[in-house]
Amino acid sequence: MNNNDIRKATIAVLVDNEPGVLARVIGLFSGRGYNIDSLTVSEVDSAAHYSRITVVTRGTEMIITQIKAQLGRLVPVHKVSDLSAEGPHVERELALVKVASTGEKRVEALRIADIFRARAVDSTIDSFVFEITGSSEKLSAFIDLMRPLGLADVSRTGVVAISRGPKAI
Amino acid sequence: MAKDRMTGSEMIVKALIDQGVDVIFGYPGGAVLPIYDAIFQQNHLRHILVRQEGGAVHAAEGYARSTGKVGVVLVTSGPGATNCVTGLTDALMDSIPIVCLTGQVPTHLIGNDAFQEADTVGITRPCTKHNYLVKDVNDLARTLHEAFHVAKSGRPGPVVVDLPKDVVTTEGTYIPPARARHRSYNPQVKGDIGRIEEAVALLAKAKRPLVYAGGGVINAGPAASQLLSSFVEMTNFPTTLTLMGLGAVPASSKNFLGMVGMHGSLEANMCMHDCDVMLCVGARFDDRVTGRIDAFSPNSKKIHIDIDASSINKNVPADVPIIGDCAYILEDLLKVWKARQAKPDGKALAAWWDKIETWRGRKSFAYKNSSEIIKPQYALDRLNAKLKGRDDVYITTEVGQHQMWAAQFIDFEKPNHWMTSGGLGTMGYGLPAAMGAQVAHPDALCIDVAGEASIMMNIQEMSTIAQYRLPVKVFILNNRWMGMVRQWQEFFFGGRYSESYMDSLPDFVKLAEAFGAVGLRVSDPAKLDDVIDEMIATPNAVIVDVEVDPAENVYPMIPAGAAHNQITMSPDDEAVLDADRREEGMVLV
Ligand SMILES: Cc1ncc(C[n+]2csc(CCOP(=O)(O)OP(=O)(O)O)c2C)c(N)n1
Ligand SMILES: [Mg+2]
Repeated sequence: MNNNDIRKATIAVLVDNEPGVLARVIGLFSGRGYNIDSLTVSEVDSAAHYSRITVVTRGTEMIITQIKAQLGRLVPVHKVSDLSAEGPHVERELALVKVASTGEKRVEALRIADIFRARAVDSTIDSFVFEITGSSEKLSAFIDLMRPLGLADVSRTGVVAISRGPKAI
Repeated sequence: MAKDRMTGSEMIVKALIDQGVDVIFGYPGGAVLPIYDAIFQQNHLRHILVRQEGGAVHAAEGYARSTGKVGVVLVTSGPGATNCVTGLTDALMDSIPIVCLTGQVPTHLIGNDAFQEADTVGITRPCTKHNYLVKDVNDLARTLHEAFHVAKSGRPGPVVVDLPKDVVTTEGTYIPPARARHRSYNPQVKGDIGRIEEAVALLAKAKRPLVYAGGGVINAGPAASQLLSSFVEMTNFPTTLTLMGLGAVPASSKNFLGMVGMHGSLEANMCMHDCDVMLCVGARFDDRVTGRIDAFSPNSKKIHIDIDASSINKNVPADVPIIGDCAYILEDLLKVWKARQAKPDGKALAAWWDKIETWRGRKSFAYKNSSEIIKPQYALDRLNAKLKGRDDVYITTEVGQHQMWAAQFIDFEKPNHWMTSGGLGTMGYGLPAAMGAQVAHPDALCIDVAGEASIMMNIQEMSTIAQYRLPVKVFILNNRWMGMVRQWQEFFFGGRYSESYMDSLPDFVKLAEAFGAVGLRVSDPAKLDDVIDEMIATPNAVIVDVEVDPAENVYPMIPAGAAHNQITMSPDDEAVLDADRREEGMVLV
């Protein structure tokens, strides 16, 4: 790979769940001009007060190494792992997709949802809310297909990710 | 009452004492009055009352840099805290350990736009290494101890602890400094031995080696400088230092090439460009050092030692990165070097030195002296001569031409005696920093080499200097211009001197007197020596107004964004380095 090639990186960050920690991470990205494609955060261990942040970012190899090092030196950060570089991993995102239509379009929306294994979690005479999980690409493909069928609203979680195999972060 | 039960304010005093603090620099206000009350009732901590909070942070920096200890600041909420932002940023850029305690409105008023409320942790998040808002008095002692640990370990830096008024008035339980490791923050100090072996192999094979060291060596403590000097002496490798690193090897060492970078020496910059193995120790390839990054040292293998992993591969890719504390790594490097009985390539090194000597022979800091007017370089030359042989001298500077000349002309034999705002370039740094150094070393000779513009930025601290009878010396190179701005306007803006003339300057002699100090003035080169002698001999604070040539420029100069071999020499330099290169350099002028 060329040094100047831009690649995507999914980075998992284990942090102390304390006030301001997300602001530190976001401030680091904005302050140093790094990209954030997606960012998720939630507590993952309430006893130890750990939260896990998953950031999807892009940059050259040098930039991504920088991002990891910069994250690593934040005081409340325990671990930083570049899942994209460190072996196989699973990435998932969840979306809630509202489609408002009637007649043939409504039937077609339901049919496509079935193919994508999206579940209808709310339904009225003239709308559905579908819940769909999968890779971000799959979600985007589904949303694109819903567009001509009455797509009304979308809410996506952003990516969560974990490495394959027995090893923890 | 149990011995470890006390109010938050009492805890703060106790925690500071337990952390070995003896001096704090501060300024009171509503939110910190309980803390000031606790300070009033004890005799261990000395409080230095500054005249503006910004001065307190720079004073704490001067204290920290001249002692290797953590500098401590105490200020009130709102404007007290916001006045600290420049100093905190300065300390962050230069990796200076500071703990800054800021008052805050009571917890129930936070977020209320209460009187003198500011979102201090929000404002200072990007300009501190870390910051805390303490919401419970029972977290206070632990947080303070942690703040000291974070400030001084790893790559040092400023830490803010924001203290709501109700927290400092409530009673809670004190805990002593914890021995326990921090949960997440435990910087690596030992370097990877495999990498160190690689470095030794590379250095032993080098034909044109260069040691390039910076402030990280100073921060790693005097032992690191000692080890670096031993390595340099043993190998006879040429060595350059950054603005922040001056003193890490003695200026008198025959291996020392002078400072590197925009206004560094010809030999240091040419060596940077032409070397084949570069040993970078505790420096960070700052843009003022590298110049044009894609033309930087194109043919060298780079070994980079730094405690901060994020400094490595940031600007310049390292071939051998070694993460850890300079002192530990230099110790291992020396051990491996000796164990392997490594020897430099003597013949190649001799040829390299020959080349260096021709650059050195150009005397790139040389200036044309005058008997009519004091050249700023001459003033510092003479000051340096008068300081020779003394080891109790601490020099600070403001920012501008005088700062660069001070770096070029004053010799530092030891670390921790030179304090200048390197990363942020903060005008107004030097006077409070000299004051902080003087507080730490009451009998030493602390001199702020100043410009007449910069000195006005924190001139109020003359009043602090008077209050504590600190014999700080202010040596103003008065060129009546924001000289560095004027120089850039001359070179790059067609001589359109927009707003760089210092009109309506004060009479610095009278100003000194107004603050109870001694004022001296000199404009005749023949009288300069006497005035410097008088300044040094005066037991009080002194301001010396040295009227210097207003037209003088700092040379050599690598214009921003140019390569090292495009260095512009002084117009007084007769020889021509390389016609093409010079012309190219001139395009920018
Ligand atoms: C707080 C701050 N404002 C502006 C600058 C930009 N600046 C850099 S050098 C300089 C002029 C300094 O003039 P003086 O103190 O007289 O020093 P001289 O260059 O004349 O030696 C200025 C304005 C700065 N470094 N810091
Ligand atoms: Mg000036």
